[in-house]
Amino acid sequence: MKHWRIVLPLLVLAVLAVFLAEGLTRDPRKLPSARVGKPAPEFALQDLSKPDGPLRTPAQMKGRVWLLNVFASWCGACVTEHPRLLSLSKSGYIPIVGLAYKDDMSATRDWLKEHGGDPYLFVAVDRDGSVGIEYGVYGVPETYVIDAEGIIRHRHVGPVDMEFMEKHVKPLLVQASNGGRVGGGS
Amino acid sequence: MAEDQKLGGTVVAQIQTQSEPPEPINKFNASPEVESRFKSLASELRCLVCQNQSLADSHAGLAEDLKLKVYQQIATGKSDAEIKSYMVERYGEFILYKPSFSNSNAVLWIGPFVILLIAIVVARSWLKANAIKAKTQTAPAPTAANAELEKLYQQTKR
Repeated sequence: MKHWRIVLPLLVLAVLAVFLAEGLTRDPRKLPSARVGKPAPEFALQDLSKPDGPLRTPAQMKGRVWLLNVFASWCGACVTEHPRLLSLSKSGYIPIVGLAYKDDMSATRDWLKEHGGDPYLFVAVDRDGSVGIEYGVYGVPETYVIDAEGIIRHRHVGPVDMEFMEKHVKPLLVQASNGGRVGGGS
Repeated sequence: MAEDQKLGGTVVAQIQTQSEPPEPINKFNASPEVESRFKSLASELRCLVCQNQSLADSHAGLAEDLKLKVYQQIATGKSDAEIKSYMVERYGEFILYKPSFSNSNAVLWIGPFVILLIAIVVARSWLKANAIKAKTQTAPAPTAANAELEKLYQQTKR
């Protein structure tokens, strides 16, 4: 009976340690997106390259797995991310749509020119950031993975990296090329 | 903290001048109730960029935008609950300083009370057991005949 007095506190401590370790290793700045698993919010925005042309909408991407990359010329981390997007775009692996977030159109254009080109299929101009709010954007860059049905499958905060591609993009593309939504990964 | 006082008038006026199309928010000073609703909502919502500040305390770009959204929604007659659920839909429960009760966080809400209850039950049963022990120990009055035995017993107990 007596050994419980030693074992029980140790057990409680062990459980507590597991929870605290989990809490400590988590990055509090990486928030889960409330929009994952939900349809990508609609928008109708000017096209950066053709401001007087037809408005750009997510519906134009229906049937394809695509990335919505939120960026801005005033964003520091976007400079790190840009070359990766350029090579990703060159590979033709997945279409990338840009969302120029709270940025001046000419500033965005200059920035793209300065940093090696335009990796985007098109850039939708979110001048006042209202579309950003619809998506739950809280920092730039952010990247949304949207499936062929227009459902947001993942939101990545910060520059995209290999881990993001392997974990959250590749499975979707594989699934799509297998011609169906059989067995959705998480 | 002096910033708080300014919130109602000046900050919103600032937002107004920043966004291109002039928003119809000049009537802000019209009603003190609207102002107090705005202030209390802004202090219940978290600034997502600077997470230990409320929207009311923050001047981050996104916080200003969200304050403007709060203001616009008050102006269009939305209730506090509607405004909060608008924010939660986009930014998740995290944006609320006081998260609402839901299945996913039920453990966090109820857990402490359950633990308290268990602690009370355990403590009571221990106390009871101890009380009984004490009673049985003091019950037999030592007589001259078993005084020797009692002495031995007391020694072994130590």
